[in-house]
Amino acid sequence: MEKDSLKGAIDLLLIAGSAGSLDVLLKVLPAIKSNLSFPIIIVLHRKASYDSSLINLFNTKATLPVVEAEEKDSLQNGKIYVAPSDYHLLVETNRSLSLDYSEKIQYSRPCIDVTFETAAEVYKTRIAAILLSGANSDGSAGLKSIKSYGGITAVQNPQYAEVSYMPQKAIQTAPIDYILNIEEIANFINKLSL
Amino acid sequence: MLEYNFVQDEDVDIILNDILESYGYDFTEYSKASIKRRINRLFTLDRFMSFAEFRYRLRSDPDYMHRFIEQVTVTVTEMFRDPQFYKVLREQVLPTLGTYPFIRIWHAGCSTGEEVYSMAILLKEANLYHKALLYATDLNHDVLEKARMGIFPLSQMKQYSENYIQSGGTKDFSEYYTANYDKAKFDEELSRKMIFSTHNLVSDRSFNEFQLILCRNVLIYFDKDLQVKVFNLFEQSLDNLGYLALGSKETIRFSSLTSRFKKLDNEKIWKKIA
Ligand SMILES: C[S@@+](CC[C@H](N)C(=O)[O-])C[C@H]1O[C@@H](n2cnc3c(N)ncnc32)[C@H](O)[C@@H]1O
Repeated sequence: MEKDSLKGAIDLLLIAGSAGSLDVLLKVLPAIKSNLSFPIIIVLHRKASYDSSLINLFNTKATLPVVEAEEKDSLQNGKIYVAPSDYHLLVETNRSLSLDYSEKIQYSRPCIDVTFETAAEVYKTRIAAILLSGANSDGSAGLKSIKSYGGITAVQNPQYAEVSYMPQKAIQTAPIDYILNIEEIANFINKLSL
Repeated sequence: MLEYNFVQDEDVDIILNDILESYGYDFTEYSKASIKRRINRLFTLDRFMSFAEFRYRLRSDPDYMHRFIEQVTVTVTEMFRDPQFYKVLREQVLPTLGTYPFIRIWHAGCSTGEEVYSMAILLKEANLYHKALLYATDLNHDVLEKARMGIFPLSQMKQYSENYIQSGGTKDFSEYYTANYDKAKFDEELSRKMIFSTHNLVSDRSFNEFQLILCRNVLIYFDKDLQVKVFNLFEQSLDNLGYLALGSKETIRFSSLTSRFKKLDNEKIWKKIA
């Protein structure tokens, strides 16, 4: 894909990961431009119950406001929504959010695939998803789904990921448009913006 | 997972309308994304070959409708889920309720009853059980049968016992059940004051007045309009100064209740003030 054609290409960005992703996010979030033209949803596997401190931590670093996703929230441009622990996060046709406390999938709640797949169906070609470090195969099916609707897929370069399994698995499963080193991620995101 | 997206948005609407017409269950105001996922899961699980076949089966076979409800509603639950919530019940809500001559509590959408047994334990420990009645309702008949038995997987007890302690419990949690193979059977003394009944929050009315209503992790499955209807039902069913408790990710923010209810601390508990 032509680099310039990325400008204004999406209405929603998804970033997801598991073990080893937090550090990546803490490096990426401060470098995102503060007038980003779309919202970001973050789905992070983690232990329950430290949610408020995680949001606080993100807010001390990020250029954009970070909130915990609440059910029925309408996605707003330039805002970062973090999936709460212990619930699946789904995207509705009217571009609002739903939570779901059904069984864990791939040992995970939130499950990355659930968010990716529901968002892909709604945003079709107008979406990008980045999968980061992790020790689990969650996210691969989601990326496949994003691609099948014509969205943009990216993973953290497994070679430099703290845990390479997740992005590696995704590369084997789904067509991936971009394989990014940590330093390239923020730049990639900024280029998608208007 | 994409390969199991057989049932599309329009198909979901068709099925939900069929079910409403044929059986009177109204799922049309449930959050679409979640119910669609559950329907697709069932479609795959039961190996239907086509949407037409799925639709026909649902309309013509009441037993299958039964299975649909069982599989499409989410019944996952825990004892003392969100221990901090139970701690606030213990420390701030029960002492107030204790000043009343009797305490009626409604667990709406109680699933298999873990929440109700947790409440019974709190009431026991606060010495209020003798004057309490716990109404436990759900749309799904099967989960109520399980709730009535008070038998839960033994493998969960370690987690529940930790939750219990975090909620401020000081007893040995295992005093409340008898272990038998892989099951834990809760003391029948705990279920003595429980009344189980089917009740559909979408279509059934208020049936009593309560000092405390718990409806946790049910409203996340409803769209905004349906949430508002259910909040009105709860308001009608609450005594003055009664409490409404929701799940940790639910709020009354979109309803007309906000002006007449006051929130407690950081927990999802509201007190009716007018
Ligand atoms: C996730 S469980 C919640 C159980 C428990 N309250 C908790 O928080 O752990 C949701 C329950 O709501 C019930 N439910 C769904 N729709 C309902 C309705 N219209 N009326 C009554 N119960 C309903 C389901 O059958 C299910 O048992």
